[in-house]
Amino acid sequence: MIEPPAAEPLRARPGTPGADLGVGLFVVAIGLLTLYAAWAIPDSPIYAQVGATAVPILVGAALVLLGIALCVSASRGGWSGGLEEEMAAPPTNWRALGLLGAGLAVQLALIDWLGFVIAATIQYVLVCAAFGSRKPLRDLAIGIVVTLGAFLGFSRLLGVNIGAGVLEGIL
Amino acid sequence: METFANLAAGFGNALTPINLAWALLGCFLGTAIGVLPGIGPALTIALLLPVTFKVEATGAFILFCGVFYGAMYGGSTTSILLNTPGESGSIITALEGAKMARNGRAGPALVTAAVGSFVAGTVGTLGISFVGPLVVEVALKLGPAEYFSLMMLCFVTVSAVLGGSALRGLTSLGFGLMLGLVGIDLQTGQPRLTFGVPELLDGVNVVLVAVALFAVGETMYLAWRHVEGGQVVRPIGKLWMSASDWRRSIGPWIRGSFLGFPFGVLPAGGTEMPTMLSYYAERKLVRPEHREEFGTTGAIEGVAGPEAANNAAAAGILVPMLTLGLPTSATAAIMLSAFQSYGIQPGPMLFTQQAALVWTLIASLYIANVMLVVLNLPLVGLWARILKIPTPQLYAGILVFATIGTYGISNSVIDLVLLYGIGIIAMFMRRFDFPTAPVVIGMILGPMAEQNLRQALTISQGDWSTFLTRPISLFILVLAALALLGPRLWGVWRARRAG
Repeated sequence: MIEPPAAEPLRARPGTPGADLGVGLFVVAIGLLTLYAAWAIPDSPIYAQVGATAVPILVGAALVLLGIALCVSASRGGWSGGLEEEMAAPPTNWRALGLLGAGLAVQLALIDWLGFVIAATIQYVLVCAAFGSRKPLRDLAIGIVVTLGAFLGFSRLLGVNIGAGVLEGIL
Repeated sequence: METFANLAAGFGNALTPINLAWALLGCFLGTAIGVLPGIGPALTIALLLPVTFKVEATGAFILFCGVFYGAMYGGSTTSILLNTPGESGSIITALEGAKMARNGRAGPALVTAAVGSFVAGTVGTLGISFVGPLVVEVALKLGPAEYFSLMMLCFVTVSAVLGGSALRGLTSLGFGLMLGLVGIDLQTGQPRLTFGVPELLDGVNVVLVAVALFAVGETMYLAWRHVEGGQVVRPIGKLWMSASDWRRSIGPWIRGSFLGFPFGVLPAGGTEMPTMLSYYAERKLVRPEHREEFGTTGAIEGVAGPEAANNAAAAGILVPMLTLGLPTSATAAIMLSAFQSYGIQPGPMLFTQQAALVWTLIASLYIANVMLVVLNLPLVGLWARILKIPTPQLYAGILVFATIGTYGISNSVIDLVLLYGIGIIAMFMRRFDFPTAPVVIGMILGPMAEQNLRQALTISQGDWSTFLTRPISLFILVLAALALLGPRLWGVWRARRAG
């Protein structure tokens, strides 16, 4: 259940317009990246009314304009400070985000080298810890069962190739 | 009345014990596999293709139809419970369904999806039997110009009815359009927006993006806002639908079914457009007292409508496949290849040359539909128990399954980088209140709209007025303009009358 909001009026967090400006600039950057990539598409010798570059240029330009509009909105005080959900939200949990990020990084670094089962088990333990689990050994046991079950189910029963790895080679 | 005689003969064939067993096996396999994230009906049927070497044609197609319908039923389950859709047709179901599950209404969401699938499956199968051939005639008259206008209508509906802000909705749409551009250009064969990465030549997978936006992004956002020690086990709540749930679902089921079927029949229809249109239609049509539930606690209309549209469209896809030999989805393409491996060529002559097979197949669709609703309703309680898993283990499991679903299809770390990267962007989108649905819509419809635009302009030799001079295209564009301006004009008119 969601608690009813406190009696005193919620105030926008200071510094939110700056974060909103960052969002606007990020959208402009994506638009510019799209335009750059569109510009890099070579001209096609095939005759066409609308070539391969027209729509990418259109989308890139639209993103730049939308990003600028977001920046303008941010400079007028921003929008995310007024969101009910954000005003009631707890502060950033760096520990949880860090452990989750580590879980993702481990998966990316190890999956081609040690295989899905080992990489995903380590990821499982790290993500459990990120969400406040205090029993890493129990998580390790559950993680091994879950990833092994998923691997065997996908690769043996369905024939989907989950790649090669240390454990996968033995099984 | 020839149809009834044919159908009766079809039921006669389909109701033999061996064919019933094939249907049951197909329904079971389809549901079980449809529940897995990242694996849809196309892959399942492809894996079962080798049975065509050992089983006679009727049995094999009854099996495939069971898998096809079963995967449609199962696909909504992970969308609702884990926010991880397995195929593009159930992406929209995740929008409201996952919110309902989070607020202790997983049971009613699963039931309305199952019963909605049954209603839609029945409407769709009736459609295949009676009006399919007629709809195909109309569908053949639509050209690229009409399809382009239809997609513009979709874009406009999305940006016009978006909840929060049109600016943020359009930004999300633009991001989706950009993702859709990645890969080889279909008309000139040039790589676009691939940045020299060979894995990107095939484009970005839509299901990957949906899983990244919904499952990975949501998990990251929850970690961002995680409060230590604040363990909450999510409530399961009542499993069955209340009388009010039934009243609220019936309209969306029927509207969704009748919206979905014609789209499935259109050669460029698919299941994505009708599910989106159904979602936004229900969001507009919902009674004022329930409007608040959309996007917050989850509205049952937003599950019932799109899920019905998805299943009716999926049934509709069989019409062009059987009558024109034209597959319009990956699943239909694989079923077509199964027909060919028996030396049968689907097309206008199929209904006369292979009448017994076709009508047995249609009869078995009715049977599969009944079997599935009987099979799925008792499972609701079992599925809903997934929510009892404590938060750490549940979200760790969701990430592992999101990873295996992505990596298992391509075996490429690049896809995992995309999955996690888009997940990070989705986390910030959640934080700054950008809607995620338009990203998926832009990604699916963007490339289709571009192809149709370029084809229409090639046919008209560069004359842009082709979109306005073709009557059906003009009609759709007028409809789009009305959707964009209508509510605003209506508001002005009402304000004036009140003043």
